[in-house]
Amino acid sequence: MHALKLGMSALALTATVATAEEVRVYNWSDYIDEELLTKFEEETGIDLIYDVFDSNEVLETKMLAGSSGYDIVVPTGTFLSRQIQAGVFQKLDPAQLPNLENMWDVIEARTAAYDPDNAYSINYMWGTTGLGVNVGKVKEVLGEDAPIDSLALIFDPANMEKLAECGVHFLDAPTELIPAALAYAGEDPDGKSKEALAKAEEVLMAVRPYVQKFHSSEYINALANGDICVAVGWSGDVLQARDRADEAENGVEIVYNAAKEGALMWFDQMAIPADAPNPEGAHKFLNFIMDAQNMAAASNYVYYANGNLASQEYLIEDVIDDTAIYPDEAALDNLFTVTSWGAKDQRSLTRLWTKIKSGT
Amino acid sequence: MRRAALIAVPYAWLLALFLVPFAIVFKMSLSDIAIAIPPYTPTLKDGLAEMIRAFDFENYVFLTEDDLYWKAYLSSLKIAAIATVLTLLVGYPMAYGMARAPEEWRPTLMMLVILPFWTSFLIRVYAWIGILSTEGFLNQFLLWTGLISAPLTILNTAAAVYIGIVYTYLPFMILPIYAALDRMDGSLIEAAEDLGCSRLSAFWLVTFPLSRGGVIAGCLLVFIPALGEFVIPSLLGGSGTLMIGKVLFEEFFNNRDWPVASAVAVILLLILIIPIVLFQLNQQKQAEADR
Repeated sequence: MHALKLGMSALALTATVATAEEVRVYNWSDYIDEELLTKFEEETGIDLIYDVFDSNEVLETKMLAGSSGYDIVVPTGTFLSRQIQAGVFQKLDPAQLPNLENMWDVIEARTAAYDPDNAYSINYMWGTTGLGVNVGKVKEVLGEDAPIDSLALIFDPANMEKLAECGVHFLDAPTELIPAALAYAGEDPDGKSKEALAKAEEVLMAVRPYVQKFHSSEYINALANGDICVAVGWSGDVLQARDRADEAENGVEIVYNAAKEGALMWFDQMAIPADAPNPEGAHKFLNFIMDAQNMAAASNYVYYANGNLASQEYLIEDVIDDTAIYPDEAALDNLFTVTSWGAKDQRSLTRLWTKIKSGT
Repeated sequence: MRRAALIAVPYAWLLALFLVPFAIVFKMSLSDIAIAIPPYTPTLKDGLAEMIRAFDFENYVFLTEDDLYWKAYLSSLKIAAIATVLTLLVGYPMAYGMARAPEEWRPTLMMLVILPFWTSFLIRVYAWIGILSTEGFLNQFLLWTGLISAPLTILNTAAAVYIGIVYTYLPFMILPIYAALDRMDGSLIEAAEDLGCSRLSAFWLVTFPLSRGGVIAGCLLVFIPALGEFVIPSLLGGSGTLMIGKVLFEEFFNNRDWPVASAVAVILLLILIIPIVLFQLNQQKQAEADR
């Protein structure tokens, strides 16, 4: 890729004397087919600088500090919406984005909750938060009729007490677990009131002693190696664990299920910071990503669904036919979305989460 | 004049590298959270007078209202203190052995103590995950020897945090103690033994008191960074390990509350100043004693 960059810039030098154009992209780790990056450079002659992060919080802190130097960043919907309020992003220019017509209205309707009219962002990938289960081990512990597609698996203390033997990991993300706890309690998963938090606390405190670790990425390896038998995790990550276990042929069988009581649906959105050095290049990148074949290549690589309807005909069967990635109509109805947390609610949420994790 | 200039250089560094960053953090701790870039108000953009008028100690009052903060400070103090004692127990015999080793071995032994620093700290902590996990090297080895029949849960517990801290900061303990023991005159032990001391009492009456300066320096060099430690508890510790470094991270990243995070940091610094001042006094005494 470096050789290529050199070649490209040499070409640019002979063509014009202008300095090489750059686009800086800041995306989640392991979230793209890297061949797409080379392809973008070849097609546009723009140097692509691609950095990665692994948490919304890290991205947000960089954005709020200002002058990040990035042209494209990829926050999750709930984070995007309050960053828009803080004035972090600039509006997209539809005239520079002819591929907008490829986008999928079903997803756009949902992302509009975070970004009204989708004025600031396009959907890159979306997924759900659910249960990663080591089927063999769980059935060994809980018997053949273990509720592997229900939140009762992780929120019923009777089940968790037994599962604690073989190991359970929860995401270290209160914004994912509190809605799940509320869904289990039969409440509105988007509840943020004191009463709602108290309900969620009740559910989570009852199973807390049986959770081995709250962590947002270790579960991929732990599931694949058979170190743990259940993880509350993100769809694509669990599927990655499944594939790693298959490759290792270690006899571990991993299944991903969005809980039948309702599962959180989230959206990772590409947006352009207000102080982006090269907004024009950023638009070119967005348009490139929204190309049906490019978007399909990305999904075929990372095993997450995307918000691009036109790309669906280029998706491999493993992706488009897997209901863990593209839920069918009925399952889609079972997914819920949540709104972002205001500063005061966020503080109560973090405080509750600390209490759940540490008992203090 | 030259003398003044000479003194000015280190003070200029101190001002630029310590006092100015501290002033910025302190200033932030007096402001309020806001949805903006940067996420607090007021800033210098509002004008200096306006900014100073808007300052208050609200965030410090807030810290006293929730028991989380002092519990986290206390828990950090406890973990740092226990880890320091453990490091001393492991480090002292090693330093003693090095100082007693034949002259020609010592540079090699010294090298072996420093060698781990050539690898990134983060990678060394990650390596411990591979060693301590239930399917890790340690458990596999113990199972193989037949010492245990079921794997031990070490990773994600307080024990793993202690192992991590002891391992990481061991060289900081060994080096000052070794330096103190190395300087010691060997004939003092002979004299003690001639005067009827057993080897053990000679150690307690002569060797240990003479190495006390090194022990204090080593303990402070371990205790101070261990108190604010963030990486080791978050990688090796379980979710129950409450430490102020983690609380600070959560205030800053999860709550986006830079002002409260700054207030936590200022208090942490105040707590740290006590051992740092003790360390300085000890160093001064040592320097005077040497003279």
